[in-house]
Amino acid sequence: MNSLKGLLGAYDQGEFYCELMGLPDNSSVPSRTLETINRRLDKMSLKALRRRAEASEKELYNLGITFTVYTDSQAIDRILPFDVLPRVITAQDFDKIERGVQQRVKAINTFLKDIYHDQKILKDGLIPKELVFGNENYCKQMEGVHIPEDTYVHICGIDLVRDVDGSFKILEDNARTPSGVSYVVENRHLMLRTFPDFLKGVGIRRVSDYGLHLYKALAEVAPKGAGPNPAVVLLSPGVYNSAYFEHVFLAREMGVPLVEGGDLVTEDDKVYMKTTAGLEQVDVIYRRIGDDFLDPKAFRKDSMLGVPGLFQAYRKGNVTLANAIGTGVADDKAIYAYMPRIIKYYLDEDAILDNVETNICGEKEGLDFTLDNLDKLVVKPVGEAGGYGVMVGPRATKKELAQRRQELLDDPANYISQPVIGLSVCPTLVKEGIEPRHVDLRPFAVTGKNTWVLPGGLTRVALNKGSLIVNSSQGGGSKDTWVLEK
Amino acid sequence: MKNSLLSRFALNIFWLARYMERTDSLARLLEVTETHSRDEHGTQDWELILEVNGDLERYKKQYKKITTEDVIYFYSIDKKNSTSLITSVMLARENARSLRHLISTEMWSEINTLHNFFSTVKKRDIQTRRFSGFCQSIKERCQAHSGITEATLYRDQAYTFYWIGKMVERADQASRLLDVGFRRAQKLGYGDADAGENLSHWTGLLRSVGGYQAYRRTHPIHLRSHEITDFILLNISFPRSVNYCIEEIRDYMDELIELHDVEKARDAMQALEIIRKQLSGADVQSLVSTGLHEFADTLQQQLVTFTTVLAKGCFGKGN
Repeated sequence: MNSLKGLLGAYDQGEFYCELMGLPDNSSVPSRTLETINRRLDKMSLKALRRRAEASEKELYNLGITFTVYTDSQAIDRILPFDVLPRVITAQDFDKIERGVQQRVKAINTFLKDIYHDQKILKDGLIPKELVFGNENYCKQMEGVHIPEDTYVHICGIDLVRDVDGSFKILEDNARTPSGVSYVVENRHLMLRTFPDFLKGVGIRRVSDYGLHLYKALAEVAPKGAGPNPAVVLLSPGVYNSAYFEHVFLAREMGVPLVEGGDLVTEDDKVYMKTTAGLEQVDVIYRRIGDDFLDPKAFRKDSMLGVPGLFQAYRKGNVTLANAIGTGVADDKAIYAYMPRIIKYYLDEDAILDNVETNICGEKEGLDFTLDNLDKLVVKPVGEAGGYGVMVGPRATKKELAQRRQELLDDPANYISQPVIGLSVCPTLVKEGIEPRHVDLRPFAVTGKNTWVLPGGLTRVALNKGSLIVNSSQGGGSKDTWVLEK
Repeated sequence: MKNSLLSRFALNIFWLARYMERTDSLARLLEVTETHSRDEHGTQDWELILEVNGDLERYKKQYKKITTEDVIYFYSIDKKNSTSLITSVMLARENARSLRHLISTEMWSEINTLHNFFSTVKKRDIQTRRFSGFCQSIKERCQAHSGITEATLYRDQAYTFYWIGKMVERADQASRLLDVGFRRAQKLGYGDADAGENLSHWTGLLRSVGGYQAYRRTHPIHLRSHEITDFILLNISFPRSVNYCIEEIRDYMDELIELHDVEKARDAMQALEIIRKQLSGADVQSLVSTGLHEFADTLQQQLVTFTTVLAKGCFGKGN
């Protein structure tokens, strides 16, 4: 790629794998499509690129494709910063991702069924019992409850990173309510409008039919007797939720009502929605409300978001919830460490996608190793999401290291540690021009009877120089993700 | 799934339509009044508008004097005022936000853009010399909203409630504008003869309902107050007349009951019949001589009753 002399002429990916250029030592076999894309990018002027970037940000704002940030006293709508330079995944790479994700989801669902029924894996001693029963996301009331198709996790987002050698590794499983698919689709629409010249003649797989696949999968797991067109609804905490746009998007793409707790009632262990013509039965609920808040009768008494009696209707099999209750026990960072073993145990297969090497601080060996190498490791609390509480050893101050050491000694089971991954980079438009910035990838898997993986995914980008943290709450943005056709 | 509509969405789209219609109507009223008061009558007219809208007391609590600048501020960008343009647009957007998956993207985007426009408006943008342009651009946005809605909103129950809301608001506003026009004429001592030198007063009234041209087509020579009343109140072809709006509401209520099986809308239909009876029995000549105020007031009350009954039946309010 050293023939690039224009916009990308001064681009230096450093020691990392680059999503558009390949391996750091320039030894990648060049893909013709990637070369075409790079040449087109290279020919653009920075000024023109900035102009288009501004136009697309304005469009996002006016379309209200926003998330809500809460400050002291007010809610502010922000757009997720959108980087106009795409991230490209070859058909071959995506094929592996797809198979790896499907395998992972299958293992997670089998694991969940097992721990809520026979608990074989615990009896066989593969996983310490306390990791499951001591997990605050484990839901005892779910024991023995039958779930249609044994699908617990209908929507799964699995976070991947790419190491310096170009291999994808799984960083995290999101088996509760993974967010971000709306950006995948909206980013693509935005790209199609703003950069038709980039995309011309490049075969990219479609992402816009996500809603169809989702509806189909949800219909497949409707209670028996719901008929061929089950009543599906999306349950949202409401307009003030930070992910409200995503809820709107999902309801719109499926063509189903976007309901709030107050719109639903239960009668005779069935769930109904209040319509202008009276009560109408609901068969499937894609809920974007946490387990605790779903039903004040069964869980948190103070929940204003849920529906009293919902759990009873669910237990009786009169309504399907997606995702099922109690799936959080599988996306825990402690269980994550066991996932390759879980796959082997249930499926008798090796993991197609590797984990990032993980030390479990709840185990003596893991804790000792972590304490000895604190300044070289990333240490994460197991119960937190959104990048909170993560300490990156090599970047931490002495004070931060000392504090984390104490926290590890006080509550070792609350932490895991991992080596620092040389996260791949992608050319990104920033204040200084086009520079490499670290990215990750969240592919989305939808499961009814089978698992379908959206050919694309959310690429999050750390906009601050050198930063490894890509979460929107921590100053990250997103990119359009192109999966090339074969 | 049946073609059903959540009660909350029925309520919200009804109000989305009302707030957008209210914005349009208020922008018209403000523009016309501002143009007039600057020409001839000082600040008098503003008091009347505050009075007819039932805002006088609230206004006086907040402002010392009735000045053009303050009233314009009060009605355009005062966020504390529940009847200002900015508040109406904000409320319209709140409702649209809850309906975003039901309405078209174009509809949402237009309302969102209008809302974003308001968040950039400063006091200097509503100075008298710029005010007409300000009102103009709001009216254009509201009309764009109407056009987009007409062209893109799927014709199901949601549309029915949208249209009923819009027509309720429009009928209410038309009756208020008529009330303002006549009370102002009374104050100034205009009779029922040819408008003559009072022309600008009556044309102002007609313009505020967007009906000047239409009126001239039906009455090419005279500009008489009872004919103007007849036009704004009863003309069945003028889309902003009270009668037109009420008949539209009737048609859509009928659709709701017959087509969508919303049995609970029957009580509201009865409340609507009372309004229709009052309109068909109206004697325009005598209304004009008594100043019309009572009639308009009753009409507004009846519209409130209609809305309350509708809410009880269809919006999950009550029972």
